[in-house]
Amino acid sequence: MMTRFRAAILAAGVVLPLGAAHATDLEVTHWWTSGGEAAAVAELAKAFDATGNKWVDGAIAGSGGTARPIMISRITGGDPMGATQFNHGRQAEELVQAGLMRDLTDVATAEKWKEVIRPASLLDACTIDGKIYCAPVNIHSWQWLWLSNAAFKTAGVEVPKTWDEYVAAAPALEKAGIVPLALGGQAWQSAGLFDVLLISLGGKDLYLKVYKDKDGETATGPEIAKIFKAADDARKMAKGSNVQDWNQATNLVITGKAGGQVMGDWAQGEFQLADQKAGTDYSCLPGLGMNGFLATAGDAFYFPLLKDEDKSKAQEALAKSLLDPATQVAFNLKKGSLPVRGDVDLNAANDCMKKGLDILAKGDVVQGTDELLSADIQKQKEDLFSEFFASTTMTVEDAQKRWAGIIASAE
Amino acid sequence: MTVPATTAAPPARRSTRPNQYFRNMSAKIASIPMILTAVVIFAGGTLWTVLYSFTNSRLLPRMSFVGLDQYERLWAAPRWTVSIVNLGIYGIFSLIFSLVIGFLLAALMDQKIRFENTFRTIFLYPFALSFIVTGLVWQWILNPEFGIQSVIRSLGWSSFRFDPLYDPALVMYGILIAALWQGTGLVMCLMLAGLRGIDGEIWKASRIDGIPAWKTYLFIVIPMMRPVFITTLVIIASGIVKVYDLVVAQTSGGPGIASEVPAKYVYDYMFQAQNLGQGFAASTMMLLAVAIIIIPWAYLEFGGRKRG
Repeated sequence: MMTRFRAAILAAGVVLPLGAAHATDLEVTHWWTSGGEAAAVAELAKAFDATGNKWVDGAIAGSGGTARPIMISRITGGDPMGATQFNHGRQAEELVQAGLMRDLTDVATAEKWKEVIRPASLLDACTIDGKIYCAPVNIHSWQWLWLSNAAFKTAGVEVPKTWDEYVAAAPALEKAGIVPLALGGQAWQSAGLFDVLLISLGGKDLYLKVYKDKDGETATGPEIAKIFKAADDARKMAKGSNVQDWNQATNLVITGKAGGQVMGDWAQGEFQLADQKAGTDYSCLPGLGMNGFLATAGDAFYFPLLKDEDKSKAQEALAKSLLDPATQVAFNLKKGSLPVRGDVDLNAANDCMKKGLDILAKGDVVQGTDELLSADIQKQKEDLFSEFFASTTMTVEDAQKRWAGIIASAE
Repeated sequence: MTVPATTAAPPARRSTRPNQYFRNMSAKIASIPMILTAVVIFAGGTLWTVLYSFTNSRLLPRMSFVGLDQYERLWAAPRWTVSIVNLGIYGIFSLIFSLVIGFLLAALMDQKIRFENTFRTIFLYPFALSFIVTGLVWQWILNPEFGIQSVIRSLGWSSFRFDPLYDPALVMYGILIAALWQGTGLVMCLMLAGLRGIDGEIWKASRIDGIPAWKTYLFIVIPMMRPVFITTLVIIASGIVKVYDLVVAQTSGGPGIASEVPAKYVYDYMFQAQNLGQGFAASTMMLLAVAIIIIPWAYLEFGGRKRG
């Protein structure tokens, strides 16, 4: 019904010639709808409008899990938008293989993306068979532990510097009536927490061995067993945080009801909104204070193949403007993420962001799970870990066996 | 949905008249769009889905057959097993309670009480809300931080504990409460309509015979209301099988995977996991389960009777 309705609107749009010839309308779909995110998108729109075209905002509320199916069905259903957000990696892989996405290699060569985009793996994730299909716009990393200084003061213990100290401090927090670890009920949060533990406690090699090489022996081995042990600690520490959304969990940390939260750098936006200051009100530990590796994930724009020539030209203009140094700074400061260009100036960044930039400059980055694993495997992992973290009876050994089984089935 | 198909076959004994198929042409032409929709969209789409459930289609459908692999994976997935058990719990309790409560309310409403209209409106009102709204409302009511638990605690019972949505063993019952709150009003209305259809003479006769009211209900009125019960049953049962939005709004399947349901598995695997094959296999299993229940029942209900 809906598609027919849409088709009718579309047909109406074709019949009625649209106003000015130069300004081309380009619909851009994305799922950035929270306050800070919307402000950041407005920067992108402003930059694109300055090129003489018009950004038609197609925000879809309800996070990526809700938005992606809508975007994909529009592209596969023959009603493509001008450009759309996806996360870096394999989410749009099949759309590209089916020839539904536009090749951006010319724009990328002309704009020297290969030289300016850092780390290079971001562009690699956009490259399929030697051709570039997307424009990365920001870097988000998952590997952060956010701690409430007030909560640790109430409990009478030092603010921990590492994951081990944090685990050791958990009983004191509990005694003071504070939930040691805030963890929302959404499945992706549990799976993300485990992946952070894996890379931060196990190191880069172990992480790549299981997620990139899909090494079965390692997956069932004792090194991974240690990670599951840590996940078991985390499971006990998270007991009692009865919230669903990640920002509600972050709010527990902000209000000092929880000791800390393992969450990506987007959580920082919440602390800023609550007027909290890095270092005095809250502390951040990239890589859980253990192995300082950041797995780069983030957002990129893909451009569906369009027949309309004016629109195709506008797509080029948009791709260029997204990676413009000025746009990159304006956008990422509002979004709280890191820019994809190494050659821009970010003096306005706060302490935590600077820690992230340092790690990025050192090159201690690895590919994120979205790049390494297909959506199918990610979903199965989410099912497993949401069950594991909510369960009191599921044993560590059982969980590891099932996890290894999922890894073994990955392609 | 399969019901009209089994009963629509015209009786053969009239075939002596040549214009049999051309009688009532305008009505037949008018129903062509619906017939096409039913055949192409429902039947065609169903066959297509079943066919592609034997392939390894990912984000886009593709014809590379893998036999029963998708089904093997499906039945090996703990989340699917949990979903089936949950649907069983939800289905049985929701069927029993909505019928019993709905009938009791209707019987009480039928006692010629004052303000009947007002009560009827109140009971039916929740049905005007979507499952999403219902789910959100009950998520808040059952939330231990600001729902029933915190109200009772603030009254002084500080150890009172009522948080079904955060207890894996109880979460399905938390969802059931919301579903019953939303759905019994409709059942009540259907039952009330059925009760009003019972001839007043029957009541008089049973009163003269000195039969107690509860016995009259149980042994005379309810058997007479058979068609109403069947309609109600179909409405409730189809609501049970497709339950999805209520769960999404109330718990999104949590805690962990404790309140997952089959329809949610289908959606999640088709669109979030970008694995059409797996989603199709799951939806085919749902279809099969419905068919196993519906076909023998439809046969018993409609097959024996001749339509004239």
